[in-house]
Amino acid sequence: MEHRQRIEEQLKKQFDEKIRSVTTDLGDIVIQVQKESVAEVLGFLKHKPQDYSMLLDLTCVDNKGKKPRFEMVYHIFSLSKNHRLRIKCRVPEQDLKVESLCSLWKNANWLEREVYDMFGIQFSGHPDLRRLFMYHGFEGYPLRKDYPLRKRQPKIRLRK
Amino acid sequence: MGKIRPIQKYSYYQKTAHGGFIATKLNYAIGWGRKFSIFHYPFITACCGMEYMSAACAHWDFDRFGVGMTTFSPRQSDLLFVVGTISHKEAPVLKTVYDQMVEPNWVIACGACAVSGGIYDNYAVVQGIDRIIPVDVYIPGCPPRPETILNALLKLQDKIQKQKQDLRWNIVKE
Repeated sequence: MEHRQRIEEQLKKQFDEKIRSVTTDLGDIVIQVQKESVAEVLGFLKHKPQDYSMLLDLTCVDNKGKKPRFEMVYHIFSLSKNHRLRIKCRVPEQDLKVESLCSLWKNANWLEREVYDMFGIQFSGHPDLRRLFMYHGFEGYPLRKDYPLRKRQPKIRLRK
Repeated sequence: MGKIRPIQKYSYYQKTAHGGFIATKLNYAIGWGRKFSIFHYPFITACCGMEYMSAACAHWDFDRFGVGMTTFSPRQSDLLFVVGTISHKEAPVLKTVYDQMVEPNWVIACGACAVSGGIYDNYAVVQGIDRIIPVDVYIPGCPPRPETILNALLKLQDKIQKQKQDLRWNIVKE
């Protein structure tokens, strides 16, 4: 609890309005951030003295029917503090642009390509935003809730 | 020193076969030859591969039936052993490998995924490799037991023995 307050104070002091809320969920501190300042906040947390230097995972959630529809989730880890943080930002369907983290972490490259492939989030500033799992020419984003369950897009002609 | 007995030169069977003949059908004889000289190419993509390894190597060793010579070139193999999940992205690769094999050739689909897509009924996975290439023997199971794989190979031998042989490569018509 104490730790959470310290982080909240620190972030509020630095970013003020851009931090929407700091809560605890499932044992991790969850920080809701404005979409425009995700890279800025993560960059701040990565460097010393905060030292959350490891990007564990980066993914997306489709909350179809809610507004805003998508939510980006970042997990970062501090090796020196042995502590984990979860950063979230909401992404509306009309504006799918999110700033890329490739300049901060090298592994963000493929993680963001995966999210682009599966959810269609556009990462601005990404050096090579192509599909990762699906092939060139695949239409739609298969992990979106409105992708048809039975839709198949074979790459070669099937026999029957 | 007693009298040295002459060493018998031929056995009874060799004596009787001398200048003799075997009555058979060409189709049968070629089938017999082919069923014991299967070279297979393993196309392994997923966890069934572990089961394939134990079946193919010393633990179960299906080469004792004459069906297990492993080659790592599709051009020198008779049997394509498809083991594991085939995704739509991978389908052209499998098709190319199959097209490279010389005839006559056979295909085995090993495991639930290769047979029907298995539990992966989704946007990414081919629902059975028979959507891409013809299959001779299907091996069910997730993963199949080694006994099932052995049984399937014996079934394939039966099939090769009984089928109408492709003679294009054996007889040259003048």
